[in-house]
Amino acid sequence: MTTTNPDLLAQVRDGADVGPVVTSTATRGTRILGVLTIVSMVWLVVFGLGFSPADRDQAEAVRILYVHVPTIWVAYMAFVVTAIASAMVLLRSRKGSQASSSLGWDRLAGASAEIGTAFVGVTLVVGALWGRLTWGVFWQWDARLTTTALLFVTYIGYLAVRRLDGTHRQRAKRSAVIGLIAVLEIPLVHWSVRLWRSLHQEATVLNTDGDIDMDGLMLFSLFVGVIAFTLFYVWLMMHRTRVMAMEDLIDDRGLDEALAARRQEGAS
Amino acid sequence: MEDAGFIIGSYVLTFAVVGVLAAWVVRGGRRLARRTPDAEKYWT
Repeated sequence: MTTTNPDLLAQVRDGADVGPVVTSTATRGTRILGVLTIVSMVWLVVFGLGFSPADRDQAEAVRILYVHVPTIWVAYMAFVVTAIASAMVLLRSRKGSQASSSLGWDRLAGASAEIGTAFVGVTLVVGALWGRLTWGVFWQWDARLTTTALLFVTYIGYLAVRRLDGTHRQRAKRSAVIGLIAVLEIPLVHWSVRLWRSLHQEATVLNTDGDIDMDGLMLFSLFVGVIAFTLFYVWLMMHRTRVMAMEDLIDDRGLDEALAARRQEGAS
Repeated sequence: MEDAGFIIGSYVLTFAVVGVLAAWVVRGGRRLARRTPDAEKYWT
């Protein structure tokens, strides 16, 4: 089921040519996902700010963890999706597959990178607020903070390259190469706290020891946060890739019209 | 709650970005869907 305008639908039934009837990128699937996302975000606020206990060392400041960790988790996931989709773009263009199939992967890569970049930005700002409470400063040129800032700048560059002039296939190829290289920064960011001396704490959940030294309710709140932001990521990806498909289509149509106008000028 | 300004500020900022991203994508979809033939919308 898709979003339709009832008035337009009635006119179409009467046989009138009214243009597009589907007036959004929503479907039944995205609506259900949207509701689940809102419910899980409400749960996150209730548990994160209400039910979860204060920490022995960090006191109430620990509540920032429930938004800080899920946002960087979404960013990591988004950049891995960008890399996988970028690999598919290069594979498809090597095999000489249909342009539309490799452009579909390209849009997936681009949409995912946009979301990931936004969430790295949120992670950096929220991390700065948390740093002010726990370390007494908003920013330190610490290994984890610096590598995360580098990750942010790299993907800003990736998004800038996507906006360079050229055909959609050129955009797909050049950004795919960057998407594959940029993802190599993620292990560097994750392991930076072990590779160098760092103010930032080591991973509490995704660590090599496999020990999760965390109160049950705190862990549950974190889990709710990760679920909520992952659902939001999937919802946003579905909408954004559809928007990008329409942007590409309108771009192509504009180019076709311009070429036709030129030909007409030449003929007259 | 100690340091409430920083803690609530972190939540407000995060959810503000979530809201802005959602609104940007939904509005963009509505605007472009009016200019795109239904046959080209693969999700329909």
